[in-house]
Amino acid sequence: MTGLRYVYAVCRPFDTPLQAQLGGVAGDPPRLLPHGDLVAVVSHVPEADFGEEALRAHLEDLDWLTATARAHQQVVDALTAVTTPLPLRLATVFRDDSGVRVMLEERESAFRRTLDRLEGRVEWGVKVYVEPERTEQADSERSAAPAEPEQRPVSGRDYLRRRRRQSRANEDLWSRAEEFATGLHRTLSGRADDARLHAPQNPRLSGAEGRNVLNAAYLVGRDASEEFVEMVDRTKDDAPGIRVELTGPWAAYSFAGEQEGTEEGAGKKAGEDS
Amino acid sequence: MTVVERREIALVDLLDRLLAGGVVITGDVTLRIADVDLVRIDLNALISSVNRNVPSPFGD
Repeated sequence: MTGLRYVYAVCRPFDTPLQAQLGGVAGDPPRLLPHGDLVAVVSHVPEADFGEEALRAHLEDLDWLTATARAHQQVVDALTAVTTPLPLRLATVFRDDSGVRVMLEERESAFRRTLDRLEGRVEWGVKVYVEPERTEQADSERSAAPAEPEQRPVSGRDYLRRRRRQSRANEDLWSRAEEFATGLHRTLSGRADDARLHAPQNPRLSGAEGRNVLNAAYLVGRDASEEFVEMVDRTKDDAPGIRVELTGPWAAYSFAGEQEGTEEGAGKKAGEDS
Repeated sequence: MTVVERREIALVDLLDRLLAGGVVITGDVTLRIADVDLVRIDLNALISSVNRNVPSPFGD
């Protein structure tokens, strides 16, 4: 019993060897499984952990999910260093090598189309956060009259006035943030080959400060990436109370589906598959 | 405003891509997409139970 096959990605054949000390999911270093002019990158994983029942249970175990997701990403990342991989969704598992080969054969033309579309491109993640708790500070920095900065309210009326000012400042910040995010997305989309909007992240999951108002992914050529990153970087002085985070380069996870040019949430693309 | 470039990849960023992105293939071992979405939801619940010290109710 050699276990099941966990598939990370599908690539075109490549010559450069993968970085040596890759752990792989379940501690099994990734192997290349060539078929035709495609290569599946697989690990052998135990049925006890990756059979249907076990997998379902494991996916609700945050520690297990974290370790598996990181191992998956590590392999895809290593592939990204030597080729343009087409990453598969987490936990795509086959019975044996021949199951993987059949899959490669059945989907060959779709894989080739998608690989052509992604060739030489990477994904950059850009998130915009609003930090309302900083409004007061940001406001007093901008305000011409920072009259009563740190003083406690002296009366009920004073308190209410401050509350009102604070809430106006927040509203102002929200509308500026929306405008900013929309503008940034438009600008970056113009520089990218494709764009996707992910659902804003729950701050309790991310642990990030502030509220996530834009969570976007951009498909950018490797040779255009430096310029893209600089462009994101230049937004830094544009807006107080707003924070921009850049992640990447990623393999083109968010663009692995076959639909092009749409900006639906990546999750919606699942429907095309059957 | 600051542009932050993080070295360590945040788990949420990873899961955005690994659970919502990537090519969806029905393998021999099938987890339906609905199940995976369910995982996301369960995960929310899970994390909220981990972060009990955070007082505010769920944002979404």
